[in-house]
Amino acid sequence: MNNTVIINILRFALLVLTQVLIFNNLNFLGFINPMVYVIFFYWYPIKGNRAIFMLTAFLLGLVIDIFSDNLALHALASVTVAYARPAVMRFCFGVNYDFQNFSFKNTTKVQRITFLAIIVLIHHLIFFSFEILSITHILLILKKVFATGIVTLILCILFSSLFSPKSE
Amino acid sequence: MQRIINFVLRYRNAFLYAFFAFIALVMTFRSHSYHQSKFFNSSRWVTGSIYGAGSDVSSYFNLQEENQRLTEENQRLRKMLFNSQEDSIQPLDSTLAVYEVLNARLIKNSFTSPRNYITIDKGEEDGVHQDMGVITTDGILGIVENVSKNFATVQSVLNTKSNINAKIKGTEYFGSLVWDTKDYTEVQLIDIARLVPLVVGDTIVTGGMSSIFPENVPIGTIKKYDLNASKSFYNIDVELFSDMANIKNVYLIENKDKEEIQELEARTIE
Repeated sequence: MNNTVIINILRFALLVLTQVLIFNNLNFLGFINPMVYVIFFYWYPIKGNRAIFMLTAFLLGLVIDIFSDNLALHALASVTVAYARPAVMRFCFGVNYDFQNFSFKNTTKVQRITFLAIIVLIHHLIFFSFEILSITHILLILKKVFATGIVTLILCILFSSLFSPKSE
Repeated sequence: MQRIINFVLRYRNAFLYAFFAFIALVMTFRSHSYHQSKFFNSSRWVTGSIYGAGSDVSSYFNLQEENQRLTEENQRLRKMLFNSQEDSIQPLDSTLAVYEVLNARLIKNSFTSPRNYITIDKGEEDGVHQDMGVITTDGILGIVENVSKNFATVQSVLNTKSNINAKIKGTEYFGSLVWDTKDYTEVQLIDIARLVPLVVGDTIVTGGMSSIFPENVPIGTIKKYDLNASKSFYNIDVELFSDMANIKNVYLIENKDKEEIQELEARTIE
């Protein structure tokens, strides 16, 4: 129990630092800054208090917001992802998710990638819609969501296979 | 009563989500319409120090390029100095100079979001105040928004809230410089009357109407222009001189007469 808490705190700090020091300055093709910290919601333990999960998500978003000077956009997107995660998991992993001994080990790769993709899509859609906040710029919003989303997804898949937790 | 409590308990996660989302939404909408938050911004000590440490490392990668650029600027300024014929005897008393110039280093740049803020490594202790103008070696960059002890945040010209007085070089036709968020190499100059003769390639400089920037600081060149919806003013696309994606050293300009001007203007409105 204690171990997972420490691991998650470390993950929190490391993801914030990688996000603000590396990925926020990437500016790939002039506008793509992938938000890899979304992988936190993939890695976060499945069995846990949802309230604490949402609070952690809110804090994670807020810290990144303070660093990037766009107050509360990341926080809004993160807390929504945290709230929607159980529903997304039920959608991706089917009835297996409701069993007590569910873990990522007995899921297929396609299921996991779908799960990540939906999380990234929800997060980016909310982030860019509220960043631009104008229905007349809907094409710009979609362009940013899909371009950034695909890069984020690829990086998240890479990260998840690079640092896959062995014991969880 | 029992039912209400049961209801709240059953949907406690939804309520908690609504609560967090509400806080985040309030902050988001505030940031759209008001000034940057005084407390939560990257000029604070923790965020500033982390960015400072990161920039200490990354600044080594383009030292040579940056040196080259500064040398070229020095060369240009020296040329101007040696060739200025009119009485070059400047008053030695520095208190008589209207503009004070400080230098600073960028520790965080941003140009992809609709509201871009830049963080620099000089703060109150170095004499930085709110509303100082910020320029690069090539042109304009923005205005200081928040200041902490050792750091400051700058509202970039690439910010939908930015609105800077600008004019066409050599004339007195002035308008406002805004940004439509589409391209980080271009800003828009609006409110130039349609009878003004324009040529693509004309230089745009800061106007003398603001107490923040001195007159004639270069901004960019006219790339494209057309009339706006009312057909009485031009919308001009201005290509910026500063490469917003690649800035390291900046200058801060302070107008020492600013307080006097603002006080006078405030008194006039009353």
